Amino acid sequence: MSFFKKLKDKFAGNAEQEQSTEKYKEGLAKTRTGFTSKINDLVAKYRKVDEDFFEELEEVLLQADVGFETVLELMDDLRFEVQRKNVRDTSNVQSVISEKLVEIYQSGEEELNEIKFADGLTVILMVGVNGVGKTTTIGKLAHRLKNEGKTVLLAAGDTFRAGAIEQLDVWGERVGVDVIKQAAGSDPAAVMYDAVRAAKSRGVDVLICDTAGRLQNKVNLMNELEKVHRVISREVPGAPHEVLLALDATTGQNAMIQAQTFKEVTEVTGIVLTKLDGTAKGGIVLAIRSKLKIPVKFVGLGEKMDDLQPFDPQKYVYGLFAEGLDREEQLEKEKADK
Amino acid sequence: MAFEGLAERLQGTMTKIKGKGKVSEADVKDMMREVRFALIEADVNLKVVKEFVKKVSERAAGSDVMESLTPGQQVVKIVKDELTELMGGEQSKINFSTKQPTVIMMVGLQGAGKTTTTGKLAGLLRKKHNRKPLLVAADVYRPAAVQQLETIGKQLTIPVFSKGTDISPVDIARQAIEHAKAEHLDTVIIDTAGRLHIDENLMQELKDIRSIKEPDEIFLVVDAMTGQDAVNVAQSFDEAIGISGVVLTKLDGDTRGGAALSIRTVTQKPIKFVGMGEKMDALDVFHPERMASRILGMGDMLSLIEKAQTNVDEEKAKQLEEKFRTSSFTFDDFLEQLAQVKQMGPLDEILKMLPGANKIKGLENAKVDESQMGRVEAIIYSMTTQEKTTPEIINANRKKRIARGSGTSIQDVNRLLKQFEDMKKMMKQMSGMNTKKGKKKMSMPGLDQLFK
Repeated sequence: MSFFKKLKDKFAGNAEQEQSTEKYKEGLAKTRTGFTSKINDLVAKYRKVDEDFFEELEEVLLQADVGFETVLELMDDLRFEVQRKNVRDTSNVQSVISEKLVEIYQSGEEELNEIKFADGLTVILMVGVNGVGKTTTIGKLAHRLKNEGKTVLLAAGDTFRAGAIEQLDVWGERVGVDVIKQAAGSDPAAVMYDAVRAAKSRGVDVLICDTAGRLQNKVNLMNELEKVHRVISREVPGAPHEVLLALDATTGQNAMIQAQTFKEVTEVTGIVLTKLDGTAKGGIVLAIRSKLKIPVKFVGLGEKMDDLQPFDPQKYVYGLFAEGLDREEQLEKEKADK
Repeated sequence: MAFEGLAERLQGTMTKIKGKGKVSEADVKDMMREVRFALIEADVNLKVVKEFVKKVSERAAGSDVMESLTPGQQVVKIVKDELTELMGGEQSKINFSTKQPTVIMMVGLQGAGKTTTTGKLAGLLRKKHNRKPLLVAADVYRPAAVQQLETIGKQLTIPVFSKGTDISPVDIARQAIEHAKAEHLDTVIIDTAGRLHIDENLMQELKDIRSIKEPDEIFLVVDAMTGQDAVNVAQSFDEAIGISGVVLTKLDGDTRGGAALSIRTVTQKPIKFVGMGEKMDALDVFHPERMASRILGMGDMLSLIEKAQTNVDEEKAKQLEEKFRTSSFTFDDFLEQLAQVKQMGPLDEILKMLPGANKIKGLENAKVDESQMGRVEAIIYSMTTQEKTTPEIINANRKKRIARGSGTSIQDVNRLLKQFEDMKKMMKQMSGMNTKKGKKKMSMPGLDQLFK
């Protein structure tokens, strides 16, 4: 069974799957044309697998922020693969591309896009640079976990940015979970200490900790984050069970340095790729996954409470290039019309 | 995982050319490919890169590169000049309305830093232009965005106009402008909600706010870390509401900031300000040349020099020089020096501004331990006045006392004393050199070996 056939079957599967696919379509694909017709369009555009085809593919991927190194590697692999399998027809090369991209992403490892829960209290620490959507993601994640029947508590660890505590408070109210907080400007490590204690005594299932946004090259702030991490591990052995790095899909190559530095300081276990409902693709996560072995666990597809979806590499990869090719086509059409 | 700068990238091509004595067209082509790589890694949009490389190629194919003895440096120079020129033009001039009040609109994607920049801009307008700003909280969507602006207003003691979140941003803006007129506040800065450029409803809302009173400035606030998508964002905002300038935020990070070039190219609108930190006064004027260096990974020497200039007292520097010459440099002077270095900001940030710093082995991940500086200070503070001026008298007993007093060990004290002596020796040599107008050869032992 070809890759796309598999994908198609997946889309046509159960209702829940359908719903999440809709979200992806809304978020990622934007255009409402059906999946099959899209493939047909692609095939129609390129009848031959030649250098032009590769070049355009390369550009599409570069424009999705996949990054030069990864794109070059991928192109080499693809050329080899196409030659080996003797693919001439574009309808077949599509599947080779997607397979290869997913392969680069997964690099033979098992896909982990779920939260790892501990036996007792599970602590999730949210980290990232300024303005990527940490607090919003926490709100959505709390909603999601609550719907799964978990009891959730939030910790307002961003004591620095004006209005950050209030922002988390509003999310707490919306979702219907409590928020442990202190006054603005207080020591974030102290907030965490309080929150862990509260979580233990209330016997909740999950504690999600917000932290202030910080640029990864600010040594003092990264040290502060390390301290927060330390306090949590001291209070709950094995915690934080998940350290989620929020990455803005609009971010370019700097995301790699972000992932690397945050991983060094807090042992990041997964990425939440936010703002994927825009036109940016966040293609750098491919490189992050293959170089740093950090998987994407969730994607943010909007501002509503249920706009957080588990990451699906196949759907993501499809969105990476399919829409890019579409847009390219559209632009050409517009040009021709003028 | 710092990316290679253009200069380093070109080095590879250069060694190939070196033996040949002549630069061929193919060599230029090779170099242009490196330019392309470097720019894409700096997040300049692919289409912008293509256009740019084409333009530079034409210049590079001209005689100045082909006949140059140092073609690599020539290419770097041409690229940098072109970049600077592209991003250049009018800077931080702000259009003020002759009819009060001046209206400034802040727009952009979510999380770009609009609210923070709104506060910084108001502070700057008050300080440098003597304006009386009014901040308008028109972000009714994001939770606590209104509180955020209110808090910032309180920090700056600048009035904030807010009407909660149950009323439309258009009405808020309209009332705010009336309010400003009544209160004789001459500059209204409207903080709008972050929105996706493809969200038609919200883009319409911006048009509606705009039509209340034609804003004198519409600033697009863009995160400096933005990747390829920067062109789409800038173009969409510009087409929908017509931006007048750009503010680039989070430039205190370690991103190359290629988005600056992309945005400038597609909108032709000037980048007026850059956000350089989380403090309310961290809004600087945009310098095209520095941005060009940064995009090319060539370090930011100018900013460093400027930082030193603003923080180092000229008069004190002269006194210090005199002390070096006469060898009367004491621990008190040393303390003062430490304080000045500290004022320049975190040391590792300063290090990062040095060109090629990421190339020096061991320095690429250099994290300067500032607590070490604190320890040095503590040791000096534990000395008596006499010990500070004549450290020769510090004997074993005194060392023990100093170590106890500063909470360090005798070894720490010994190390500092040794360092201080070495420093004095070195300074004497260096200042001696200066007075003789550099006629004497540098007589630092082993220095020539150091760079081999």
